[in-house]
Amino acid sequence: MSVTEMFSYIQCFLSADQDIREDIRKVVQVLEQTAREILTVLQSVHQPSGFKEIPNKCSKARELFCTVNTQLADLKTKFPVEQYYRFHEHWRFVLQRLTFLSAFVVYLETESLVTREEVTQILGIEVERERGFHLDVEDYLAGVLIMASELSRLAVNSVTAGDYTRPLRISNFINELDSGFRLLNLKNDPLRKRYDGLKYDVKKIEEVVYDLSIRGLAKEPEGDK
Amino acid sequence: MSKREAEGCPQKNVIDHDVRDHLSSPVIKAFKVFQQELDTKHDKYERLVKISRDITIESKRTIFLLHRVTSVPDVEDVLKEADGKLDGVRQKIGQIANELRGEDLYQFHRAFTPGMQEYVEAVSFQHYIRHRSLISLEEINARLVFMKMEKADSKDSLEALPLGAQVVTFQVMPSDYLLGVADLTGELMRLCISSVGNGDIDTPFQLSQFLRQIHDGFSYIGNTGPYEVSKKLHTLRQSLGKVEDACYTLRVRGSEIPKHMLADVFSSRTALIDPEEGVV
Repeated sequence: MSVTEMFSYIQCFLSADQDIREDIRKVVQVLEQTAREILTVLQSVHQPSGFKEIPNKCSKARELFCTVNTQLADLKTKFPVEQYYRFHEHWRFVLQRLTFLSAFVVYLETESLVTREEVTQILGIEVERERGFHLDVEDYLAGVLIMASELSRLAVNSVTAGDYTRPLRISNFINELDSGFRLLNLKNDPLRKRYDGLKYDVKKIEEVVYDLSIRGLAKEPEGDK
Repeated sequence: MSKREAEGCPQKNVIDHDVRDHLSSPVIKAFKVFQQELDTKHDKYERLVKISRDITIESKRTIFLLHRVTSVPDVEDVLKEADGKLDGVRQKIGQIANELRGEDLYQFHRAFTPGMQEYVEAVSFQHYIRHRSLISLEEINARLVFMKMEKADSKDSLEALPLGAQVVTFQVMPSDYLLGVADLTGELMRLCISSVGNGDIDTPFQLSQFLRQIHDGFSYIGNTGPYEVSKKLHTLRQSLGKVEDACYTLRVRGSEIPKHMLADVFSSRTALIDPEEGVV
């Protein structure tokens, strides 16, 4: 094989690769749009009036997740499934966002941590790599960490809205999450960097709880019950 | 690992307390699973990095060995010795292939890409010296077929893989091949200069032609390739420049002296004076 032939062979490979990337990029763009829509729906829970409408918002978000389902199914057809990690970078970000959004919805509904299996169910993908388009464990964890900062915000806003018990529940939840993350031996990677931010979320929520308890506000609703 | 743990969580007693509190909670249970999964992955990655480093070192040594072909009488001996070394490198690549069985090749690509590039460089250098042509990707891949040796390190039953039974193959990725070939040009430049030093007047011209072909190939690919290619293209140009200059010098001096005497001039020059003289 001559040098020229060899290089044109490689060139074929490279342009095929680029075509796939182009296709993936298009689908991911649509996916990002949907993710933003879901976020907009869920953002309204931070408004004082939004607290009563949480179940409503969640069901709306879940409807939008159906769109995500079809869009992800579309994405799956764009590349050979065993080459997931070759193109991983393209959808890594949006998949983390979507994990965050589904975790947030599940938290708002049940106040518990979404499992990886649940996320994959909501998104219509697989848990295990062997079975197709899956959710990488690092992406799942990153999504959960995004939710943690969202919850610290929610704690502040729920106090503003007059809901004094929610911060306590959030505090318990985040503490549990924090001790979970401490079990992990993280490498010096993006996930680790994001994890380093978790302590600030914990701190913020603890401050909220502190403010409530020195004013006796934290106990008040319990008296109501 | 323990050092990292220590710096990651300064309030040690708080954790213990927390962990004991929720030891049985579903969240902690889930995170224990994640811990295992991540640790397994990181361990595999580290093992691959280590093998890759070994491959790099051995390949570099092979290249150094191959540079001796300009100064020894019997080229074939050197090539044979290089063959032996490369076989050792291939054994190591077999280990990589073993580690990657049932895994996504691209998930760990970053761990072993330096080693693979170096291997491509070494193997293509040897191929060039022997055949004066560019080794193709298929030829490289054809030699990376391994029989599975020991079943000792079958760890998790997760990747028992009944179908991959005996033969394990490894495919060099086109991007690794490309980058390895880019590195090859640097070695060819050195080969050219040292052969000028030894009074060999044919090799430089052959090399300059070969390098020009590779350069054309890279220009053809241009910026569609991976990001590193454009960086290496710059170095390639420099190498090509040096080789072309050497050829130019040879031609100019050659025109001053009758062709049949040129070899004598060069060999006597290098015998008498510093070999570097011939280069300039």
